Amino acid sequence: MPEMIDQIFVLLKHWLMAYVPGTLQPIASAVLSVVPVLIAFPLLFAITTVLERKGLGRMQNRYGPNRVGPFGILQPMADGIKSLTKEDIIPRTADQAVHFLAPVMLVIASFLVYAVLPIGKNMVIANLNTGVLFFFAVGSMVELSVFMAGWSSRSKYSLLGAMRAIAQMISYEMPLVLASVVVIMAAGSLSTVTIVNMQASYTRIWPHWYVFTPWGLTGFVLFMIAATAESNRCPFDMPEGESEIIAGYYIEYSGFKFALFFLGEYLGMFATSAMAITLFLGGWAAPFSFLTWIPSYVWFFAKLLTIIMAFIWIRGTLPRLRMDQLMNFAWKFMLPLSLINIVGAGVWHFMPAGFARWLIVSLLVVVSCALLSRGLRRGKSFYVRTYRFAS
Amino acid sequence: MLGEGILKGLTETARNFLGSYVNKDRLTTVQFPEERLPQIEATRDFPFLVYDGSDWQAGLRCVSCQICEKECPPKCIYIEKSKDKKPDVTGKLQFYPTTFDIDISVCMSCQICVEVCPFDAIKMNVEFEMSSEDRFGGLLLRKEQLAKSNEYYNKIHPTEAAAVDAALAEERAKVEAKARQAAEAKAATPAPVAAPVAGETK
Amino acid sequence: MTISFLLLAAITITGTAAAMSLKNLVHCVLALTLGLVGLAALYLRLGAQFVGFTQILVYVGAVAILAAFAIMMTRSAEPSELSRSSSIRFSGTLIALMVFAVLAWAICSGTSALQVPGPQPEASVHQIGLALMHLFVLPLEVIGILLTAALIGAGVLAMDETRRAQ
Ligand code: SF4
Ligand code: SF4
Repeated sequence: MPEMIDQIFVLLKHWLMAYVPGTLQPIASAVLSVVPVLIAFPLLFAITTVLERKGLGRMQNRYGPNRVGPFGILQPMADGIKSLTKEDIIPRTADQAVHFLAPVMLVIASFLVYAVLPIGKNMVIANLNTGVLFFFAVGSMVELSVFMAGWSSRSKYSLLGAMRAIAQMISYEMPLVLASVVVIMAAGSLSTVTIVNMQASYTRIWPHWYVFTPWGLTGFVLFMIAATAESNRCPFDMPEGESEIIAGYYIEYSGFKFALFFLGEYLGMFATSAMAITLFLGGWAAPFSFLTWIPSYVWFFAKLLTIIMAFIWIRGTLPRLRMDQLMNFAWKFMLPLSLINIVGAGVWHFMPAGFARWLIVSLLVVVSCALLSRGLRRGKSFYVRTYRFAS
Repeated sequence: MLGEGILKGLTETARNFLGSYVNKDRLTTVQFPEERLPQIEATRDFPFLVYDGSDWQAGLRCVSCQICEKECPPKCIYIEKSKDKKPDVTGKLQFYPTTFDIDISVCMSCQICVEVCPFDAIKMNVEFEMSSEDRFGGLLLRKEQLAKSNEYYNKIHPTEAAAVDAALAEERAKVEAKARQAAEAKAATPAPVAAPVAGETK
Repeated sequence: MTISFLLLAAITITGTAAAMSLKNLVHCVLALTLGLVGLAALYLRLGAQFVGFTQILVYVGAVAILAAFAIMMTRSAEPSELSRSSSIRFSGTLIALMVFAVLAWAICSGTSALQVPGPQPEASVHQIGLALMHLFVLPLEVIGILLTAALIGAGVLAMDETRRAQ
């Protein structure tokens, strides 16, 4: 029975497919796989926006939205209606075609990456054997759309925002990819499905998630930091810093196109989080062997929501980084650490299982992390700032 | 070690987050339309006209001297003075405003009109929920909208209104005493011409 | 010659042609990107997933962005006088035609084009990895060293003058 519930969507699809004439089978199969994703993730986006606003509010001792519907849960609908009914303004000097294409491309690229994310057991749109590569390749198209948006608007703010965004995205794409290399090394495959299957087994009750190894943990943390930067979220929200360049590259967009940028940004965040889950947190696998009766997609979305919560929490806590801090952190800390982490994963692979390899790899990572963080701090003196008038 | 401060910050926000659910004191937001803070006595926003007694048309204190109209910095008061005179509350014949408009979309709540009015006829209101769907006429308040009773004034600004009432009463007493004296003097010396007291305007 | 091939070829050719003929330099870069994406799609159609996605990752994700960046930083996106002069156009077309002729001749006279393709070798990521690590390990290392040197060189160039003087 649990097996049945777990596979219910897959069975449903097979059942529906039986009614489709043979020539239409491939198209019908694609539609049946894609449409649920196209519904589920924008829905998650709607839920996340209200959760984020409420959570941030509580962290700042406010209520957050609580007017539309019970406890304000219908707020996203109000937002949606509002952005749909607003005027769509295109600046007169803007590059019309590119200005129009940028948000479209952003959303398309953001949706495309979901093709390789296994949402549950046997639930993936396309099981490519280069899945991880596909993810990063399509993800890099987001940068291009950001550039297009920033450049075509012909506004100084948006150009500055685009410059910042691209500089940041290029710098953090490196650690993002390098952090996931360790998993590819361990799994010996670029296919997301294989990677999850490798992690979906248990010794006694404990799962074989990669995050429970020293290199996996380091990789996970690095991946999440880079993912935060990739999705332009706090504390890496320089490109859209509201207080300096208002909204960065999408300042000249209004109405529905603005909403599309918002959607694209959140979809990107979900996608990288889902990738982190797939790579390090066992994808749809249950955290304990005795919990496998809970359907796999429930686990996937539970993990995804947890990561989203963490994102919101971080956003409520940290101030924005400065450009030089951002770059220093990427190139002087993240990049070397992710390289060392790859060495650690290699050592782990070739040493016999046991306590010794745990110790050696952990030491390697911890010591290099400490050294690198000292290197970041070198030449800077920190002091408590005093104010002449404010205090 | 890198990240120590971040952890500290994270615990702080987590405490805020959880605390806001258990400790009501943390959420200082007042949920406005349902909850309201008690009004502070010195609140003021837009002017209104005070009348004595129960009939606003008869009891309006304003004598249409137009000082406020001239003094108002953004010139948002518009007064038309009457041709005839009507008795005010004390029975004295006075001019009165046939039109008295204040455009509160222009008014900047400076209270200068109140300061300059020699008759304590114009005072500051506390009404602030005045949004209107009519873009052009909705915020132009007419005489009948501006007229508020002295009781209302006493309710919104008790201390200030008491002082004003006392001053007015004193003045009236003085006038009455003078009138009585004059009457007595008239009674003592049978003068041929009786001074018409009630005819004075100022 | 299926419809999909024709479509992708058309996209690629349109993109690259537009990259050469458009006035605005940024438009040129975007058109070039379209051409590169079309090329990647052609690779994918041939079943070379790894090459196709790497093409997108490298060319769309990095090269196109860098080109756009360079254009924005160095000069305005307006076309220069030089690119409008007809002699440059003429010689450019000539060179392009020559290159095309040589390539076409090489392909047509080569034997491989005439052969009926046998059973396609299964070029999985796994095999590519093995080949890189065994057969081509020396070229790989050489390229690695070259890139590292380039990276260090870029770092040195970007370092501010005062630090370099020390
Ligand atoms: S408060 Fe000031 S601006 Fe308003 S009506 Fe009186 S004098 Fe004019
Ligand atoms: S100053 Fe006073 S009495 Fe004179 S017109 Fe204004 S409100 Fe009326």
